[in-house]
Amino acid sequence: MPPVAAARPRLVVAGAWAAFAVLLGLFPVVFTNPTVTTIGVFTLVYMTAAVAWNSFAGYSGYVALGHAVFFGTGAYTMALVSTHWNFAAGYTMFALVPAGGVVAALMAIPFGLIALRTRRHTFVVITIAVFFVVQLLAFNLGFTQGSSGVQVPTPTWGATQYNNSFYYVTLGVLAFALAISAAIRRSRFGLQLLAIRDDEDRARGLGVKVQRVKLLSFMVSAVPVGMVGAIYAFFIGQIFPQFAFDPLFDVTVALMAFFGGLGTLSGPLLGALVLEPIQQYLTLQYSVGSVYLVIYGALFLLVILVMPRGIVPTLAERVAARRERTQAARLVGEDPGVPPVVDVGSPVGASR
Amino acid sequence: MSALLEVRGISKSFGGLQALQDCSLTVEDGSITALIGPNGSGKTTLFNIITGYVTPDSGTVTVAGADVTGARPDQIFARGLGRTFQLTRIFGRLTVLENMLVATQRKEGWLRSVLRPAASELEQRRAYELLDFVGLTRLASARAGTLSYGQRKLLELAYVLVADPAVILLDEPAGGVNPTLINQIRDRITELNGQGKTFLVIEHNMEFVMSLSHQVTCMHQGTPIITGPPEVVQSDHRVLDAYLGGADEEEEDDVAVG
Repeated sequence: MPPVAAARPRLVVAGAWAAFAVLLGLFPVVFTNPTVTTIGVFTLVYMTAAVAWNSFAGYSGYVALGHAVFFGTGAYTMALVSTHWNFAAGYTMFALVPAGGVVAALMAIPFGLIALRTRRHTFVVITIAVFFVVQLLAFNLGFTQGSSGVQVPTPTWGATQYNNSFYYVTLGVLAFALAISAAIRRSRFGLQLLAIRDDEDRARGLGVKVQRVKLLSFMVSAVPVGMVGAIYAFFIGQIFPQFAFDPLFDVTVALMAFFGGLGTLSGPLLGALVLEPIQQYLTLQYSVGSVYLVIYGALFLLVILVMPRGIVPTLAERVAARRERTQAARLVGEDPGVPPVVDVGSPVGASR
Repeated sequence: MSALLEVRGISKSFGGLQALQDCSLTVEDGSITALIGPNGSGKTTLFNIITGYVTPDSGTVTVAGADVTGARPDQIFARGLGRTFQLTRIFGRLTVLENMLVATQRKEGWLRSVLRPAASELEQRRAYELLDFVGLTRLASARAGTLSYGQRKLLELAYVLVADPAVILLDEPAGGVNPTLINQIRDRITELNGQGKTFLVIEHNMEFVMSLSHQVTCMHQGTPIITGPPEVVQSDHRVLDAYLGGADEEEEDDVAVG
């Protein structure tokens, strides 16, 4: 492909990402209503979780349904450390967000060592089983205070500032998760994960240390999920086992990634951006917590029927096919003796 | 010549089935050794044991004098022993070039592997050279899943070569491939052998085997029954019996070795 033609889409993509970042940055400035910014915070939490989940499941092909373990671990890390160490309820509490990520990554080691010995359906079932074991532990262990939950210190800042602080910290964690996902995608590590997705045994035979790569990827994907779990605990102010370790979290995050496009960088982001506000809106509107599940089910069916690979890959394919058709049509219309001008849309091409 | 790959007294059973029984084999450095035998004689099981996919019940496998029995496939590959599969196994959703880069060997920590790009310029150049060697350069950016069966065989050979293995195990390289591509595969193997690569080849195409190999081993019911130069093995009655189940009619003999 000629360099100019290759550079143009790359520039467009970079521009789109920059515009997206600006929009997200300006959101709480434009929409000051606390109800709206609360939806904003939750949407960012799920966007981060979906991106992080995809950086393991999307690239390796291992559909994990146990990332709520990492979310809950992050939440309990924030709640227990801040309570036991008497943290002042202010911005210093956010210092515990990375700790939530680190503890979640440590939690991923025994979890991964057990679950990653299996593949495909067995792996999915084992992740669900481990999740319920951990939830049960949260209910029954002494230090998690069982079903009475843990109270988290309430922030001291004012009502208008309340959501914005959480919003921007979560946005930072989202940027971090995206950076990790993008770095993995272009790295040797990412190539090995994709090879594992296509044929794990073959990858082993070509020198890929598959167990190490899978476990590392599992741990890395746990970090941002644990971080947003910690933010969630601080934001909500009180956590209970059934909400910190919520099976619906796993289903939702996986659905978001499938909806947007598994294994792509922007797909899970888009999935969460569409689905989470819908869920929040429906919950607020109908005050019945489960209405969104019906809508989720319907949307999931629609995506499976219309674009089974998710929105981003399907659209990308259609755009590419359309571009090829236009190019082919133009070549047919040209004098065969004249070499085709590949990049007619660029200023250079237009001046010819 | 010295032995580069040695298999000594390998036995393996799957439940009640004795797949290999006291199987020994020597592959000399710089040779092309063929492994023939009827279906179910244990050839692929032996390949799987040599390359670490299956653990033997007893016996040893040594590569250049080092015992690799029971080592993992990635460890055996790192020791310079690459293989292809009977039914080609490529990474269908990756591009042809990405397939080539999977096998690139690099000693680096996990953090560097996450932070560094998938391939350096040097590694990419090497990948392109090998794609050129098997005639797949123009398909470098195509999805590997779109390649024809013969092209997949060539890609599999090429990406094994990326890591520059000393011994290459080929499981039916000519199986299901059209005659033109068979010649191309044969030429590539001969050329690589001329550069010093050692081959162990499983193949049913007798013309291919006999024209290519220095040494042929015929297996029957999990045990090698004869090892020798192609012309000797070709006319040995035990080989004919193995293929035809003890038949002694001449017209059937022709089918076996023709």
